[in-house]
Amino acid sequence: MTFFLIVTLNGLTLAALYFLAASGFSLIFGLMRTVNMAHGALLLLGGYVGFSVSDMFGSWGLGILAGGFAAALAGAIVQAGVLGWMQGDELRQTLASIAISIIMADLMLWYWGGITYQLELPEILQGGRRLPWLGVGYANIRLALIGFALVTGLALWLLIQRTRIGAIIRAGVDDPDMLRAMGYPIGRIFILVFALGGMLAGMAGVITASALSIAPGTDLQFLLSSLIVVIVGGMGSVGGAALGAILVGLAEQYGLAYAPTYGVVFTFAIMVLVLAVRPQGLLGRAER
Amino acid sequence: MRLILFFLPLLLLPVFLNDFWLSQIATRALILGIIALSLSFLATYLGVVSFAQSALAGVAGYTIAYYGVNAVGIGVVLPYWVSIPLAIFLATLCGGLIGLIARRSRGIYAIMITLAIGVAFFYFTRQNYTVFNGWTGFSGVSAPVIRETSLREPVPLFLVSWLAAVIMMALVSLFVRSPMGLSIQAVRDAPARVMALGISVTTPIVVAFAFSGFVAGTGGILNVWFQERISSYSVGLGPIIDILIISVIGGLRYPSGAFLGAIVFVLLDTFAADLIDRERFNLLIGSVLLLIVIAAPEGLQQLVMDGVEKLRQPKKSTRSST
Repeated sequence: MTFFLIVTLNGLTLAALYFLAASGFSLIFGLMRTVNMAHGALLLLGGYVGFSVSDMFGSWGLGILAGGFAAALAGAIVQAGVLGWMQGDELRQTLASIAISIIMADLMLWYWGGITYQLELPEILQGGRRLPWLGVGYANIRLALIGFALVTGLALWLLIQRTRIGAIIRAGVDDPDMLRAMGYPIGRIFILVFALGGMLAGMAGVITASALSIAPGTDLQFLLSSLIVVIVGGMGSVGGAALGAILVGLAEQYGLAYAPTYGVVFTFAIMVLVLAVRPQGLLGRAER
Repeated sequence: MRLILFFLPLLLLPVFLNDFWLSQIATRALILGIIALSLSFLATYLGVVSFAQSALAGVAGYTIAYYGVNAVGIGVVLPYWVSIPLAIFLATLCGGLIGLIARRSRGIYAIMITLAIGVAFFYFTRQNYTVFNGWTGFSGVSAPVIRETSLREPVPLFLVSWLAAVIMMALVSLFVRSPMGLSIQAVRDAPARVMALGISVTTPIVVAFAFSGFVAGTGGILNVWFQERISSYSVGLGPIIDILIISVIGGLRYPSGAFLGAIVFVLLDTFAADLIDRERFNLLIGSVLLLIVIAAPEGLQQLVMDGVEKLRQPKKSTRSST
C-alpha cells in the first residue's frame, strides 16, 4: 500500500511538471490554433538561461525570472518574426515552428554543449522531509512542484477569467474575426500570448532543471509530453491540460513501477483510448 | 508516362558514377525518396501530414533484421521469400492501425497524433530488448544473396531501389485513379458529403494509411539492407524530421517531388561538411526548411514546374495540365 501511495505521489509530482510545461502550449493553441513545435526548445532555452543566470548570481529566484523572460522574448520573436506572417495557414506554421525548433536546438547545443545541467536549489527546497502517515522520506523539491503547478494554474485561471486581457483572449478564442472587427490589435495580442506561453515554458524549463536535469533531448521529451497531455486533456483549455497532465503523469509512474519496460505504452494507450471516444480531448470543445 | 521519361535515364547512372556516388548519393536518395513518397502520397491525396512514416519504415526494417541473419543473435532466420512479404505485410498492417487511431483527426490534430505515435514507437524500441534489442538494435543485417551476388553491392542495390521507386510511383498513380483512390480524395475534399452519400469515411482513411505503410515499408526494407543495421535511432526524431524535410523541400502536394527533395537532402547531407562545420548540419537543414516554408511553401517541384511553364509560355499559349 505504501508503495502504491508513493508511486501515486511520484505520478502527481510528475503531472505537476507536465502541467507547467503543457499549459503554455495549450494557451497558444487555444487562441491561435498554432501548434508550436518549438515549445520544447523554448522550455530548454529557459532552463539553460536560468542555469547560467543563477550560476552567475547565485540566486535561484533570479534564475526562474531570467529563464521565463528569455523564453518569453524568444517566443515573441518567433511569433512576430515568422509565425505571425503565416496566420491562418496552420500546416505552414507547424512546419515553420519545426524548422525553428531544429535551429534553436542546434544553437543551444553549440553554446551550452552536450552536457547535463542541474540547478542548485535554494536552501529551503534542498533535502527532504519525512512524510506524515507514510513514514518515508521525500524530496522537498518534488513536493514544491505540486505547489508551483497549483500557483501557476490558479494564476492562469485568474488571468484568463478575471482580467481585461483575459477577456480579450477568451473573445479571441471564440471569434477572432469579430475581435479584429471591433478594432483590437489582434496581431499584438497574438505576440503577447505567445510571449506568455513562452514564459510559462521557460519557467517550466528552469523548474525542470532544478527538480530533474536538462540536456539536449529534454526539448523533445517535453514537446512529446505536452502534445500527449493536450491531446488527452483537450486543446486550449487550462483545466484540460491539468487533467491530461494528471492522467499522463500517473500512467507513466504506475507503468514505471509495475511494468518497467512498457511505461511509454501506458501513456500511449490512454491517448488512443481518449481519441477513440472523444477526439477533441476530455475537456476540449469540438472543432467548429 | 512522363514518369518513365524521368526515371529511365537514371538507369545509365551505374555507367557514369563511381561506387561512392552511386551508393551514397543515388541509391540513398532513391530509398529516402520512397519513404518520403509515402508521406507525400498521404499529404497530397488524403490531406494528412503524417509523422509516423519512419516508424512504418522501421517496422519493416526491424522485421527484416529480426527474421534474418544479423550480428546480435536475436530473432529467427527465415528465408527471404518469407521475411520480405512479412515485413511489407506488417508495415501495411501498422499503417492501417495508425489510420484507425487517427481516423477522426484532421489537419494539425493528425500531425500531433502521428508525431506522438512516431516518437512513442522510438521510445518503445529503445526500452524493449526481446524484439527490438533496445538501444543497440540490430547490426550486421545482410541483404539477400542471389546467385552469389549480394544485393548490397552498389550496382544491384541501385537497380533494386530504382525498380522499387518506379513500381511505387506507378502504383501511386494507378491507385489514386481507382475507385478507392477517388474516395480517398473525396474524403480529403468533403468528408461530410462523402458521409451523406452513405460511404464510410473510415475505410478510405484506413486504406490510405495502409497503402502508405506499404510504400514506407518497401523503403524501410531497402534502407535496412543499405545501412546494414537498424536501431532506435533509425526511427527517432532525426529520421522523422528528415523524411518530413524531404517531402517539404520537394513539395507536399507532389508525390514525385519526394525524389527531388531526397536528392537535394542527400547532397546537402553529404557535402555539408564542405560548406560548414559538420556538427552544425542541423542548423543548415533547419534553415533550409525555414527558407522553403517561407519562400516556396509549395516546394521545389512547384518551382521547377513554374520555371518550365515560363520557358514554354512564349512559344505555346495552351497550358499543359499536370
